[in-house]
Amino acid sequence: MKKIEVRNVTKVFGKSRKAIQLLREGESKQNILKKTGATVGVNQANFSVEAGEIFVIMGLSGSGKSTLVRMLNRLIDPTVGEVFIDGQDIVKMNKVQLKNVRRKKISMVFQKFALLPHRTVLENTEYGLEIQGVPKETRSMKAMDALKLVGLEGYENQYPQSLSGGMQQRVGLARALANDADILLMDEAFSALDPLIRKDMQDELLELQAKMKKTIVFITHDLDEALRIGDRIALMKDGSIVQIGTAEEILMNPSNDYVERFVEDVDLSKVLTAGHVMKRAESVSIEKGPRVALKNMKELGISSIYVVDKKKTLLGAITAADAKKALERGESLTSILQEDLQTVSPDTILTDLFEKVSTASIPVSVVDENNRLLGILVRGAVIGALAGNNFDLNTMSAAKIEAAAGNLEKLEQSGLPNSSNQPMLTGNDDFSSQSEGRGQDNTNKSSFSSPADETPNYDREVN
Amino acid sequence: MENWLPKLPIADWVDAFVTWLTTNLDAAFSGITTVLEAVVDGMVAGFSFIPSYVFMILLTLIAWKAANKTIALFTLIGLFLIANLGYWEPMLQTLALVLAAVIISILLGIPLGIWASQKHSVKQVVTPILDFMQTMPAFVYLIPAIFFFSIGVVPGVVASVIFAMPPTIRLTILGIQQVPDDIIEATDAFGSTTSQRLIKVQLPLAMPTIMAGINQSIMLALSMVVIASMVGAPGLGADVYRAVTQIQIGKGFEAGLAIVVIAIILDRITQNIGKNKKHGGTA
Repeated sequence: MKKIEVRNVTKVFGKSRKAIQLLREGESKQNILKKTGATVGVNQANFSVEAGEIFVIMGLSGSGKSTLVRMLNRLIDPTVGEVFIDGQDIVKMNKVQLKNVRRKKISMVFQKFALLPHRTVLENTEYGLEIQGVPKETRSMKAMDALKLVGLEGYENQYPQSLSGGMQQRVGLARALANDADILLMDEAFSALDPLIRKDMQDELLELQAKMKKTIVFITHDLDEALRIGDRIALMKDGSIVQIGTAEEILMNPSNDYVERFVEDVDLSKVLTAGHVMKRAESVSIEKGPRVALKNMKELGISSIYVVDKKKTLLGAITAADAKKALERGESLTSILQEDLQTVSPDTILTDLFEKVSTASIPVSVVDENNRLLGILVRGAVIGALAGNNFDLNTMSAAKIEAAAGNLEKLEQSGLPNSSNQPMLTGNDDFSSQSEGRGQDNTNKSSFSSPADETPNYDREVN
Repeated sequence: MENWLPKLPIADWVDAFVTWLTTNLDAAFSGITTVLEAVVDGMVAGFSFIPSYVFMILLTLIAWKAANKTIALFTLIGLFLIANLGYWEPMLQTLALVLAAVIISILLGIPLGIWASQKHSVKQVVTPILDFMQTMPAFVYLIPAIFFFSIGVVPGVVASVIFAMPPTIRLTILGIQQVPDDIIEATDAFGSTTSQRLIKVQLPLAMPTIMAGINQSIMLALSMVVIASMVGAPGLGADVYRAVTQIQIGKGFEAGLAIVVIAIILDRITQNIGKNKKHGGTA
C-alpha cells in the first residue's frame, strides 16, 4: 500500500508564477534564477513510499532534499503539487486537519535534534502526547517505553544539554516514536553525529525498524548511509529527483553522469562483504583418512585444511602436524578435528571482518546459513581490499554490483545489519550437542579473545 | 523650502487633540487617577505598616533566596543606611511608585510584546511608538499628564510607565523571536497549536530575556523618580529635587545615594530571578 504519494510537487521561493511556467518548459534552476529572481527549491518531484519502507532521499546540500521532506508534513507549503498521506491530499487540508495529521500520522527527527532545553528528557519525549491532551500518567508511560526502545532508560530526568550528541538524538528519536505515528521523517538525523556513533545509530534504527515497521523517509547527503539503510533511494540534484531505485539499481545503472560520479566514491569497505574477498576453500571429506588429507595439504602447500561432510557442511579443520600423528597412530580424522573455528557469513561487511581475520589462528571460513563451507578469508586479501587494492576483489565491477545487491538483500531478509554475527553453527545435525555449544560460543566470542592460545601452531595460512 | 509650503501646524493639532482629550475623556482619566492613587497609597500604607526592621529582614531574605549572601548583606546594610539617614518613609514612597510603574509596564508590555512577536504588522506599528516613548523628552508629556491626571503621584506613575515600558516590550519580542527556528519547527511538526507553542516553548525559552527587560524597566522607572517629583510625586525624588533647587549639595547626595542603594538592590534581585529560571542555559 502506498503510504506517501508525492505528485508533481514544486517549491519556488520568491515570485513563483513565472518560474513555474518556466519549469514546465524545462528551464534550468540557474536560468530561472537569472530570469525571474526566484529560487527553485524542489522541481516537480514525483515519488511514492510504501508502508514499512525506508525511503532515502539523498543529495548534496542545496539539492532541495530538506525542502522536499518538509513538504511532506507542510512545514513548508508546496507552491504546486499534491502530497497524499494515506490517500489524503494534505496540501488541501485546513489548519485543524493538518494539525491532526501531524499529531497522529507523521513524526519528525531533526538534524540539530531540536530538543526543548527547558524540559527534561522525559518531558521532551512526552511533548507530542502532551499537546494532544493525553493524561499525564499515560503519556509518561508511553514516553518511558519510547526511551527504553532507544536505550535511554535512567536518563529521563536529565536535561538535554547534559547529554552527548548521540544521546540527544536518541531523545529526538524517542520523542518521534512516543506518539506512535506510522510515518517517520528523518532530516539528516545522524549527520551531526561523529562517524562511529552514526553507524551505531544506523544499526539501531534498522533494528527498531525490524520491530516497528514504520514508514521512514530518511534524508541524507551521505551515500554510504543511504546504501546502508535505504530500501529505495531517490537521488536529488538542483531540486529535481534524478533517479529513484534500489541501491543495486543506482549502483548498477546510474541514470546519468551525475549519479555515476556520485556512486564512484562509494566507500567499498562498507559495501564489500566477505563474499567478495573470499577465496576457494580447500577441504577434505571427513570420511577420508589422514593420508589423503596430508597428501592434499602437501600438494597445495598448506599447513591446515578444512574438514567437511558429504553435504559440504563444515565440521572443523585439521593441521598437517596432527594428521601426521594420526597417520602414525592409525587414527581417523575425527580424533584430531579442531572444531572451534571462526566463521562468518558471506554478507558480513569488510570493516566488520578485519579484526576476526587478523586474530584468528586457523583462517576464518565463510559459511552459509546451513554451515556449508563457501570459502576462506585470506588475511592478505582482506587487508588488500580494505586498502583499496582492486585486484584483491574477485572482480571489481561485479563486486560493486553484488555489494549493493548483497547489502540490500541483507536488509530485506532481516533488517538486521549484523546478522552475520549470529551463531552460524547452530541447528546443524552433524554436530554433537557439545560441539554445537562450542561452536556457538566461539562465534559469539568477541574477536579480541582469539582462540590462538588453545590451538597453537596454525600460523601458516592456506594459499 | 520656506515659502512654497506653509508651516505645518503640528503644535496646533497637538493642542487641539489634548483639549479634546481633556474635555471628552475626562471621566476615564479621573477613573484611572482614582485607581492608581489608591494602588500607590495602598502600597505605601502597606509598606509603612510593616516595622522598618521587619521590612529590612524581609527584603534581605528575598535577596538571599533570589541571589546570594553578598547581595543579602548589601541589602541589609543599604536599607539600614537609608533608615539611618532618615529617608525610610520617602524610600517606601519611591518603592511604591516604581513598583506601580513596573507592574503596569509588565501587565501592558508583555502581552503587547507577545502580540508583536506573533504578528509582523503589529510589530511594525509598535516599534516606532516605542522609539517615540523612549526618546521624546519626558517634560513634553509631563505637562499634558498634569492636565489629565492633575498634580500628584499619578502623573509620576504615568510618566514612569511611558519611559520604562519599552524595554519590557522590546525584550519580550526579542526573547520570543530568538527561540531557534529548528525548535519552532519541531514544535510545529508535532502539531502544536499557536498558543501551545507560545506557552510551552516560546515563553519559557524567552523568560530570561523577558526578565532582563523587566529589570531594565525597573532601572528606568527609578531613573524617572526625580522627574516624577516635579509633577508632585512624593519620595526620594522629591528630596533630591528640593535639595537641588535649594543648592544643598550634601543633602542631595544623601537622597541620591538612597536611590542608588534601592536601584542596586532591585537590580540584583531581579537579575538573579531571571537567571534562576534558566535551568542552566538555553540552546
